[in-house]
Amino acid sequence: MTGVKGMLGAVVTAPLVALARVLEVPLRLWQRLTGQGGMVAFFLLPNMAIFTLFVLLPLVINIAYSMTTGAALFLPERTYVGAAQYERLLRCTDYTNLMTCQEDQFWIALRNTGTFVVLQVTLLIVAATITALILNRALRALSFWRAVFFFPVLLSPVVVGLIWRWILDRNGVLNAALVGMGMDPVNWLLERNYAFSAAIGVTIWAHLGFFALILLAGLQAIPRDLYEAAEMDGTKPARVFWRITLPLLMPNMLVVIVLALIRAVQVFDEAYVLTGGGPGTATLFLTQYIYEVGFASLLKNPGLAAAASILMGGVLIVLTLLQLALGKRNERKGRLK
Amino acid sequence: MKKTMIVLALGASLMATTALAGDVRLMWYSDGVEGEVMKDLVARFNADNPGINLILDEVAYKVVQEQLQIQLEAGSGPDIARVTNIKTLAPHWLDLTPHLSDAEYWRTNFGAHADWMREDGSDAITGFMTQLTLTGGFANSTLFEQAGVALPGEGATWDDWVNAADQVAKSQGTAAAFAIDRSGHRISGPNVSYGANYIGADGLPAPVDEGTKAFAEKLVNWVEGGQMLRDTWVAASGSTYRAAADDFINAAIPFYYSGSWQIANLSTKIGDGFDWVATGSPCGTAGCSGLAGGAALVAVKYTQNAEEVAKVMEYFAREDIVKEFSERTLFLPAHAGVAAAGNLNWQTEDDNVKAALDAYVAAAAETLPAADALPAWKWASPVYGALVNRISQVMAGELTLEDAYARIDQDIAEQVAAAQ
Repeated sequence: MTGVKGMLGAVVTAPLVALARVLEVPLRLWQRLTGQGGMVAFFLLPNMAIFTLFVLLPLVINIAYSMTTGAALFLPERTYVGAAQYERLLRCTDYTNLMTCQEDQFWIALRNTGTFVVLQVTLLIVAATITALILNRALRALSFWRAVFFFPVLLSPVVVGLIWRWILDRNGVLNAALVGMGMDPVNWLLERNYAFSAAIGVTIWAHLGFFALILLAGLQAIPRDLYEAAEMDGTKPARVFWRITLPLLMPNMLVVIVLALIRAVQVFDEAYVLTGGGPGTATLFLTQYIYEVGFASLLKNPGLAAAASILMGGVLIVLTLLQLALGKRNERKGRLK
Repeated sequence: MKKTMIVLALGASLMATTALAGDVRLMWYSDGVEGEVMKDLVARFNADNPGINLILDEVAYKVVQEQLQIQLEAGSGPDIARVTNIKTLAPHWLDLTPHLSDAEYWRTNFGAHADWMREDGSDAITGFMTQLTLTGGFANSTLFEQAGVALPGEGATWDDWVNAADQVAKSQGTAAAFAIDRSGHRISGPNVSYGANYIGADGLPAPVDEGTKAFAEKLVNWVEGGQMLRDTWVAASGSTYRAAADDFINAAIPFYYSGSWQIANLSTKIGDGFDWVATGSPCGTAGCSGLAGGAALVAVKYTQNAEEVAKVMEYFAREDIVKEFSERTLFLPAHAGVAAAGNLNWQTEDDNVKAALDAYVAAAAETLPAADALPAWKWASPVYGALVNRISQVMAGELTLEDAYARIDQDIAEQVAAAQ
């Protein structure tokens, strides 16, 4: 068995060894000419090429698109309009009344997304923390419960949306249960507040496990002797949580908050499948607005969609920079300790 | 020997991934059973034409709506496609005229709808309608009978139909009296029946007129009053298309306004669950108009195999093939010769189907000129989209009707300006 493995290993590594021998001479020459920095650049080049091709270039093209109009796909065939698409998106007669905005549905989507981010992230963090605290205790069948909470993370967002639509639909499982108990059915997805709450609830259900897992890792890294000392001092559980658990969980918590914020700003698939943006525009979020304008409408406007996506990208960049800054601050604190 | 095997394996893998000269890709979506019929016809075509490899790519309607245009703008896409957004995409269609063995056959039999799929002022032959459709209603006659309510007869108005269906709904405890598909196309026949005309004197979209306002107001009132099923229009945003066929099939509504393309779907899914009839279009103040339309099979001008594409198109446009396709799919034929001969042997044992097809043929004579002009009008799509988007906002309580009319005009003007 070992002999077969050895042979297989030799077959796999032989070409690599041969390649390394071929490259050795030019690489040594390169190192002599450019020094260590040159070698770093050489090894970074493949990643940078991929990043440029699939991230940087599309971003630049998208910015260029946002300054054009028309239905043509290729940039040279499109009409340059400068900042007109941004003006169209941002122009309002009265910013306290979204109906006076030229692109009222962009503003409605922005307002909905803002509300969604605040509510969903807050509730998600609270729920994920409680879940992590429970899963951190010595429960029976702990692995089973951890799997239960993590399972929805493994589902495709479209499947999540379909499952919950099947439950919340007018003829869905929930209404069937209500009718079975002698109660009146409720149009869960046709009433604005219910539909918005459903979008929040379903996305929390879908992502809770992921964030709870990050917090659980943080909880398990807290030294047990701190809790033992608190217990010997007769400290109340609430005080233990606020004075020991939460401060020591903060590095993980910050990661969770920023990741949850970014995901919430990008909300689309589960909510779109669940509510289609309705009732009316009650659950129309920014990503759906961009999708509708750029792809789904009968007369597509890729320039306007690109401008909206650049504005949304700006928000995401701010959140990402926030995450980086917080990460660095935590790193510095860790070094100081 | 080993080298030969490696060369053969490489060759086989290349064959599998590279399009060969003679390949013709056909993008096809289905409303009902026509995908099955097409598979059979494609297999027969490939057997009879060994030099051409016709590949049927069956896709969802959403793919045709959302992705095909992007592929076409990029100068790629299939060689042939079945589409409904025919006029807007007309610049991408191939003029088959120089490749056809008998262009006159096409002009004679498909000429009546040729303008629907070519640019204004062009005389190109770009394809043909796989079927003609007409918007119209369906009633669950079993529910009407059980409720003791008579089906409204000839000349019945929209109010007559909604009131009758409402009595049935109350008697039988259905979710609502009726539903209309969430589509601007679907409400345009009724709008015209109330006197609407979307096309201005300059050929561009006219401002929302009294006809459109009259029917839009009715729609909103019917949703508020609970007669019209809220789910279809309110539970979505933007111009998202939603059909209410499943609600009719599940007997959740006694009256459903959609179109002739639903006949095969209803027959297949309802079976002998209940009896249903096609009702034609209820009347407004100006007439009882539905809206004609349909799906076209069009050749794409970016094809590398125009001659082969023309051969495929000629096959599907043959009189005997059109007749067979119509009989098996229960679609109204767009071929003048087939329609004139009139001896179609609809392949169904469902009596509801034959009566429904007859009803739609009769209703076709009722369409008004303002409706007949829409399929060949290039700005119909933005009008349809704006109508759905804004009227559903009114239904959801987000806009007043007056605000919605102003928004519809603004949306259409902006879309037209962006597309020009």
